[in-house]
Amino acid sequence: MKSIEIKDLSLKFGDLTVLESLNLDIIDGEFLVLLGASGCGKSTLLNCIAGLLDVSDGQIHIKGNNVTWKEPKDRGIGMVFQSYALYPQMSVEGNLSFGLKNSGVPKAEIAERVARASEILQIEPLLKRKPAQLSGGQRQRVAIGRALVREVDVFLFDEPLSNLDAKLRAELRVEIKRLHQKLENTMIYVTHDQIEALTLADRIAIMRDGKVQQLDTPHGIYNNPVNKYVAGFIGSPGMNFMPGKLNGGGTPQIAIKDLNVDLSRYPFANGASVDGADAWLGVRPEHVSVGRDAAEKAFSHEVEVEVVEPMGSDTLVWTTLAEQEFRFRMDGQKDVEVGEKLNIGFDPISASLFDMQSEDRL
Amino acid sequence: MAIEPTGPRPRRNFDPTRIMIYSVLAVAAVYYLLPLWVMVMTSLKGMPEVRLGNIFAPPVELTFEPWAKAWDSACTGLYCEGLKVGFGNSVKILIPSVIISIAIASVNGYALSFWRFKGSEVFFTILIFGSFIPYQVMLYPLVIITRELGIFGSLAGVIFIHTIFGMPILTLLFRNYFASLPEELFKAARVDGAGFWGIFLKILVPMSPPIFVVAIILQVTGIWNDFLFGVIFAGTKNFPMTVQLNNIVNATQGVKEYNVNMAATILTGAVPLLIYFVSGKLFVRGIAAGAVKG
Ligand SMILES: Nc1ncnc2c1ncn2[C@@H]1O[C@H](COP(=O)(O)OP(=O)(O)OP(=O)(O)O)[C@@H](O)[C@H]1O
Ligand SMILES: [Mg+2]
Repeated sequence: MKSIEIKDLSLKFGDLTVLESLNLDIIDGEFLVLLGASGCGKSTLLNCIAGLLDVSDGQIHIKGNNVTWKEPKDRGIGMVFQSYALYPQMSVEGNLSFGLKNSGVPKAEIAERVARASEILQIEPLLKRKPAQLSGGQRQRVAIGRALVREVDVFLFDEPLSNLDAKLRAELRVEIKRLHQKLENTMIYVTHDQIEALTLADRIAIMRDGKVQQLDTPHGIYNNPVNKYVAGFIGSPGMNFMPGKLNGGGTPQIAIKDLNVDLSRYPFANGASVDGADAWLGVRPEHVSVGRDAAEKAFSHEVEVEVVEPMGSDTLVWTTLAEQEFRFRMDGQKDVEVGEKLNIGFDPISASLFDMQSEDRL
Repeated sequence: MAIEPTGPRPRRNFDPTRIMIYSVLAVAAVYYLLPLWVMVMTSLKGMPEVRLGNIFAPPVELTFEPWAKAWDSACTGLYCEGLKVGFGNSVKILIPSVIISIAIASVNGYALSFWRFKGSEVFFTILIFGSFIPYQVMLYPLVIITRELGIFGSLAGVIFIHTIFGMPILTLLFRNYFASLPEELFKAARVDGAGFWGIFLKILVPMSPPIFVVAIILQVTGIWNDFLFGVIFAGTKNFPMTVQLNNIVNATQGVKEYNVNMAATILTGAVPLLIYFVSGKLFVRGIAAGAVKG
């Protein structure tokens, strides 16, 4: 069943078109992450869903109701903001119950719901405090609690963790995931942190300039990016892109300078290689094997180590392949020296090919 | 050998810049305090002593007679009931004017910063522009308007005028303050189902005491010190203290009682002075307690 349907949504600020005929279907109980670079319109989309911005065109349906003209409070949503946005003059309890009081929920039920939410979020000892007396993590918990007490079908999060330090972020990330597993309601979560997106999402929508580039599971986005932008956006360190020329025939190949990569195992979208087309070959640094493993791959080559970046669990190595910068990741326990010659290899099955002009996946 | 620097940096108490700063400050303080000194001293002397002309000298024979006379029995035109009548009138003008103008302006500022409507920027610009037009240009039209409304020469008339003239600056003040509050707070309140007034009264007003204090200071001093609007719009019965002070000081009959005049002037200036002394503290406390972050 669909929880949220967005149909041909457009939004303009004066002359500036931020969202353009955007369509998005979100399944009931799904955790959807909106991921994209700064300024691509994620918050704007979320505000449209919440009813905080009037859309210029299109429709928004929540739970089968057309809510396009409804007030935020009547849409059955709860929202959590990046800056927490707690009411500074109210206690935590006041913050949690404010919305319920406004909608005329009986006192006894307010108390019950506040108690339940504060138990789930473990903020019971803080109920009498003012927001200024809380730490960042506690504030964000209260902000989540404020959405929780509303007992709504849809939760909207606008970068709820980006004001927190790395450790707290990781903690709260897990907590949000637990919360979702427990409540099983629909969540839309905006972030520009790809780790957050990959770890939390059932599906990720990658946005660019107000358009959804790809809507897929984290696995699908990571392994089968639909275009070069998505491929470069997901993954850290980013994918290696090498320009080359395809040739069809019996064994499809891509020629990158004087290097030929055998593509016979590559799953072409339209079934076959296009002879003579210019294309990008994209290889993720973590899909490159080193040493003995490399020899077994469909493509292998000897390279010279130029820069070594140890990162603990693994080591990032910079080299040159086909006169181009090329990065790959190797086991952090192995010693590598600058100047050392290594044999590296990868399997085209895990690589990506993009058309040179359209940058779409081939 | 130079001393190895460690711990607090030693302070030089009498370096030349400091001496310069303090002497300039001292001169400025004397410059502003001297007239006050003369006023207070004169107001505490009897007329014979005033006539001797030693304006800087403290009174030989201390008397509070001039103060009592200024308050209670000095002649302000036809009546000789002192300044107390004017004080009462000023209070009657002041309190409603301050409350009404701040109430309207704060809602204006709130609407202009959070509920932008088509043309709200233009509206705001016009409002601000209005504050640059000299009052004198608008006096005659306003006299006609208040006359048509039937409130010319009454308390309501002068309150109406003060409310109008307070509007641009107060709206600007509130708009800028509210615009500095995080917009997400406003969004959160909307999701929580608070309406126009709910957001204003339950969320914004409780977090804005400092700006209300600033507005009150501005309005109280401005309205209390007003002479022009009082003399034109209030009507003879309701002349504020400033107008009556003028009548006392500029009385043409009899001898000039400088001591009474001085006492009357200090009495009239006492309210704004008091506001500054009291609210200065309140103001700082208000900002500290405001704790806008959250
Ligand atoms: N009130 C507004 N008036 C005009 N333009 C706006 C307004 N709000 C946002 N924009 C523009 O809309 C675009 C999208 O903004 P939005 O806040 O949705 O970005 P975002 O994807 O949330 O970015 P971030 O990751 O930085 O939060 C930006 O180019 C921004 O400048
Ligand atoms: Mg944003």
